[in-house]
Amino acid sequence: MSKPFSAALKTVAIACLGALGLAGAAQAQISGDVIRIGFITDLSGVYSDIDGQGGIEAIKMAIADAGGSIAGKKIELVTADHQNKPDVAASKAREWFDTAGVDILIAGTNSGTNLAMSKVAAEKHKIMISVGGGTSALTNEQCTPTTIHWAYDTTALAKGTGGAVTKAGGKTWYFLQADYAFGAALESDTARVVEANGGKVLGVVKHPLSASDFSSFLLQAQASKAQILGLANAGGDTINAIKAANEFGITKSMKLAGLLMFIQDVHSLGLKTTQGMYLTDSWYWNKTPETRAWGRRYFDIMKKMPGSLQAGDYSAVANYLAAVKATGTDDTDKVLAKMKASKVNDVFAKDGWIRGDGSMIHDMYLMQVKTPEASKEPWDYYNVVETIKGEAAWTTKAESKCAAWK
Amino acid sequence: MTEIFGVPVQALLGQLMLGLVNGSFYAMLSLGLAVIFGLLGVVNFAHGAMYMLGAYVAWLGLDGVDLTHVQVGSQVLNLGIQFHFNFWTALLVGPLVVGLVGVVVEKLLLKRLYKLDPLYGLLLTFGLALIVQGVFLQFYGSSGQSYDTPEALSGAINLGFMILPKYRGFVIVASLVVCFGTWFLIERTRLGALLRAGTENPSLVQAFGVNVPLMVTLTYAGGAALAGLAGVLAAPVIQVTPLMGSNLIIVVFAVVVIGGMGSIIGSIVTGLVLGVLEGLTRVFYPEASNVVVFFIMAIVLMIRPAGLFGKEK
Repeated sequence: MSKPFSAALKTVAIACLGALGLAGAAQAQISGDVIRIGFITDLSGVYSDIDGQGGIEAIKMAIADAGGSIAGKKIELVTADHQNKPDVAASKAREWFDTAGVDILIAGTNSGTNLAMSKVAAEKHKIMISVGGGTSALTNEQCTPTTIHWAYDTTALAKGTGGAVTKAGGKTWYFLQADYAFGAALESDTARVVEANGGKVLGVVKHPLSASDFSSFLLQAQASKAQILGLANAGGDTINAIKAANEFGITKSMKLAGLLMFIQDVHSLGLKTTQGMYLTDSWYWNKTPETRAWGRRYFDIMKKMPGSLQAGDYSAVANYLAAVKATGTDDTDKVLAKMKASKVNDVFAKDGWIRGDGSMIHDMYLMQVKTPEASKEPWDYYNVVETIKGEAAWTTKAESKCAAWK
Repeated sequence: MTEIFGVPVQALLGQLMLGLVNGSFYAMLSLGLAVIFGLLGVVNFAHGAMYMLGAYVAWLGLDGVDLTHVQVGSQVLNLGIQFHFNFWTALLVGPLVVGLVGVVVEKLLLKRLYKLDPLYGLLLTFGLALIVQGVFLQFYGSSGQSYDTPEALSGAINLGFMILPKYRGFVIVASLVVCFGTWFLIERTRLGALLRAGTENPSLVQAFGVNVPLMVTLTYAGGAALAGLAGVLAAPVIQVTPLMGSNLIIVVFAVVVIGGMGSIIGSIVTGLVLGVLEGLTRVFYPEASNVVVFFIMAIVLMIRPAGLFGKEK
């Protein structure tokens, strides 16, 4: 065989291999020929109202708005109930990434489950967007390169309610704190903000999670003679604490500040019990014509108005799909880079952006619950008292312990 | 002001009072469990679900139910059901409805398990509780519904050492009346004697012409009705949610174990005392308030395995 011929053969062979490789790369644009979104949240427990089935429907709305497919590849949604158990959440996430071809994980409620899933997603190098988890650790000491925190965190809640109420003259605080990681984070974050604004914390009483009765804790709070009772708890605990505070007339001598309250909590307690309370949230359906329109669309499906987490679920998925569409791939690095380079402009947030620590920076709202007389229709519950602009609401770079952001 | 371990006596008295309120609920719930276990040998894990049902009956009554225009597809059906009742009616309707549910459960399911190991009854009732809870979650959501305190009992009384909401005072009185009424019925009347004899030796009592299966059904229904009544009483105090029973049932079981499985008086006394002890824990070391009951249970089981009032067999 002559040398030139063998050289030519080599070139052809290499070209063929190259073409094969290219074809392979083209096929890998959308892995498994389907864009598969995994959603793990509490579907049957205490937090199933604030996210749950409503979150599933909101994600379905985002998929429908994206046309159900991108470049001919179908968008699929798989869901699971973690029953508020971190181990269940983590093993489901692992199973999905390993065997079910899930491309992105949307994490619903509960900080503990979110932290567990965030580690699995980082290990598998897949994007996880936390919508319902509250703990700021997700983007602080336990931040990962693949985790995005979409809706809110304990720092933003503390800066919102703690800051505004203290500035408005609520100088002395007493905390009712749920005795676990989330409650402790919320209490210490808020206490710091209160003190930074010239306020004083007179005491804290820690109650067990899902306490059956709050009256004795409340009497201790009342004895402190503080002006503000900060509720550093969530869900059923917040609801029962507010109910008992009304029954014992504590609301007459102290003002209640719910540090984590959702519209579903207010709905179930009623305005008579909750009127005048301050709370911070990332979204409220009755704020602009755009949010109202989206809220009504959701209402037609769920027969309830959406809360901030459901709107956040919608927004997170819509922005992920937009990034997939723009890059033409579901590759983690490319989509993540695209998402971080784009602004979030939708029904949930205006001019939001994803920071180096994974926080999606957007406005938060300090709201006050309306009186029954001021409410014009069902679910018309809040007056927006103050808009906490973009970065003012979140952990600053100086405060952050996120290694990836240094 | 006098202080005990740094806590003013006045505040302490207030906390004791609140403990007594919680103890009243424990007593009423553990009483139902003790009756069912003592006379039927069934570990009724559905007790929490029945307590929740009672609360929901009250809430549905106050909210009003109108099933005269039910939309099924394109058709509007008239089911002829429309009702609305207040708290006082709920105190009767609640236990009645839950009692009827008890009859159905006993006749349809539990009856078939008496010859088997008690474990089967436990599993059955546990499963039932999960199903009922799941159905209610589906319909009413997890954040639950708010039930207003009845007008006549709203407001508070100044006891000198504390401001006690009238309703909480009413709960203590109602619970004591119900508990001692039940105790009297079972321990001091002819019907109670027959019941106890019937569970001790059913065939002998049946030979005397007593309808033992009916008595057993009624006992289960009675126990369930007690849970239902506790549920109605709890509705104005805590949020009515599908999970309210499951939060409480474990503590109540601990109360029954401490009092002595099946002992009527044991469950009443233990319920009240543990409520008070739990209340005191909330003052001195709040973090431990939900484990103190189990701590006491462990100690009691070590010293008296049959419970404080139980009889060794």
